[in-house]
Amino acid sequence: MPPADPGSRPGYFGAYGGRFAPETLMAPLAELERAYDKISRKRRFRRRLDGLLRDFAGRPTPLYLAERLSDELGGARIYLKREDLLHTGAHKINNALGQVLLALEMGKRRIIAETGAGQHGVATAAAAALLGLECVIYMGSEDMRRQRLNVERMRLLGSEVVAVDAGSRTLKDAINEALRDWVTNVRTTHYVLGSVLGPDPFPRMVRDFHKVIGVEAKRQLKKQARRDWPDLAVACVGGGSNAIGLFSAFLDDPRVRLIGVEAGGTGPELGEHAARFSGGSLGVLHGTKTLLLQDANGQIAATHSVSAGLDYPAVGPEHVDLRDRGRTEYTSATDAEAIAAFHQLSRIEGILPALETAHALAEAVKHATRLSADKIILVNLSGRGDKDVESVMEYDARAGDRS
Amino acid sequence: MSAPGFGASGAIGEAFARCKASKRAAFIPYITAGDPDLETSAELVRALAGAGADIIELGVPFSDPIADGPVNQAAATRALASGTTLSGVLDLVSRSRDQVGVPIVLFTYFNPLHARGLEVFAEQAASSGVDGVLCVDLPPTEAAADYVPALRERGLDTIFLVAPTSDRKRVGEVAEASTGFVYYVSRTGVTGSRSELAPELLGDVKRLRRRLSLPVAVGFGISTPDQARAVGKVADGVVVGSALVRLVEEKAGDNDLVQLIREKARELATALGGSPEEAR
Repeated sequence: MPPADPGSRPGYFGAYGGRFAPETLMAPLAELERAYDKISRKRRFRRRLDGLLRDFAGRPTPLYLAERLSDELGGARIYLKREDLLHTGAHKINNALGQVLLALEMGKRRIIAETGAGQHGVATAAAAALLGLECVIYMGSEDMRRQRLNVERMRLLGSEVVAVDAGSRTLKDAINEALRDWVTNVRTTHYVLGSVLGPDPFPRMVRDFHKVIGVEAKRQLKKQARRDWPDLAVACVGGGSNAIGLFSAFLDDPRVRLIGVEAGGTGPELGEHAARFSGGSLGVLHGTKTLLLQDANGQIAATHSVSAGLDYPAVGPEHVDLRDRGRTEYTSATDAEAIAAFHQLSRIEGILPALETAHALAEAVKHATRLSADKIILVNLSGRGDKDVESVMEYDARAGDRS
Repeated sequence: MSAPGFGASGAIGEAFARCKASKRAAFIPYITAGDPDLETSAELVRALAGAGADIIELGVPFSDPIADGPVNQAAATRALASGTTLSGVLDLVSRSRDQVGVPIVLFTYFNPLHARGLEVFAEQAASSGVDGVLCVDLPPTEAAADYVPALRERGLDTIFLVAPTSDRKRVGEVAEASTGFVYYVSRTGVTGSRSELAPELLGDVKRLRRRLSLPVAVGFGISTPDQARAVGKVADGVVVGSALVRLVEEKAGDNDLVQLIREKARELATALGGSPEEAR
């Protein structure tokens, strides 16, 4: 892999990232950076986090050879990294536990978070409950409608869920509102940002907490497939946290092709999708310089995806740098392709994947048929789909009406 | 020509120097450009100038204003809905600036400037008559390479924020990057009126002024003449935003909107010891 740009400034991945925040947050971000760099390296912190990941969250997660799916496609062997089996149902708990534990060490007694699909919100609510901290979750009201089950889960876990009615009433607006809360209460509050987004140090901190995904998968492949690398690793990319968690273990191995899958939505026009790599341009949103979906005047565009967790106009800055350096590739799956992949995995393997994850599956399926049986595709099965049952039923009913 | 007191040049420095000479704080009203539309904004700018504004802050509407409270968010939404763009705001400035004779500062988020291109933006802002720019989500560290040089080169003041959470190191960075004045955020939080001032505010402002050679204006949460008066005793300038924006929201479309804004501004200018009746 080409080396990182040596002239890159701290907090940057090549030309992307940085710390674009209102002044009120600048000293607290520096404090967070210091705390993270210091505390996260301490053996006591690592031991406690590892213990919680094992006993509370359920790590390591299995690596599962999807034999029936592989056989049906008649090509490469597909391995699924089963992050969906984690407590609270997605990879998000890796980061939530790490950050909430860090907040506790920093003496913050109040936790806030944004959530799109609700998976990060549920994970944060669970972590806050476990560690006895007050927790407020911001969620767009459109997302609350389509992810109702997760709203109730957060409330049952003792968190307050605040509906955000501004803008498109989705993830972007929830982050706006969480940032406003943080600016106001920064002295007592830690903001558990849920993806590899936001001002430095969030993108690298969130990545580090998810590295365990790739580390485990590599070890498990060696044992189960007799080589510790796949030919292709695939993950969905909203902000990009589960993807970076998986990819990070293979970045230095040129044999491994890495593909991130964005939300192709219903079409290629601005407003119909959340495919930043094909439709975005450089800009600054939510504290970081990255690829954005925006209009010619720099106003942030509306996005669409059937999956709430991918429905966001910016992508994590490290992904853009990796793409520039030729290490990773990005493509998109449409709503229809994701729904088809959702059904396929459910029927053939008995696993309901999250609609976010179904985007990665849709891409993996395309490659599997073209690759021979000695090839390995590793898919990050980042979350489970129970939360999406209503969305899928709604989608299928509408599709039925059209046909 | 360098104005006495602050060693500042440019219209903003001169405005602060004039206020200092008459022993009062500058009155700096804020409205969102294009709320409810740019034509009305032009009338409001004239009204504010006539009512005793020493500097006028014009908000450039942005789709995701993370530093703003509900009142200014709604104003940005209305402004964008009426078709307001950065070009429209600059056009408003070029039509108003010389006519009103009061310095104009743009209050903006970074992305619209980035999308325009910093060199192009700086060129257009300067030729429109903009005097200074405050970019609320662009800290000095991120501004040093491109933004500050591009604006300075065209004679635009670069105004940065100091917050209650800013430590000594950050205050030093802000002071170094700022020209015109430094904007002190009255409390941690977003824009919008508060019923009371933060108890430590007056002491904090006094301390900050002792450290800085630039004028210090205070904003975020100041809405009443009493609050303006209290802050004006310790600060070089007082920014009032949401209180005016809320009036625009309530009275948009009414014939007396401009008159009501003029009266409200006059009240605030008078509280700060200004003489709004004098012709400018």
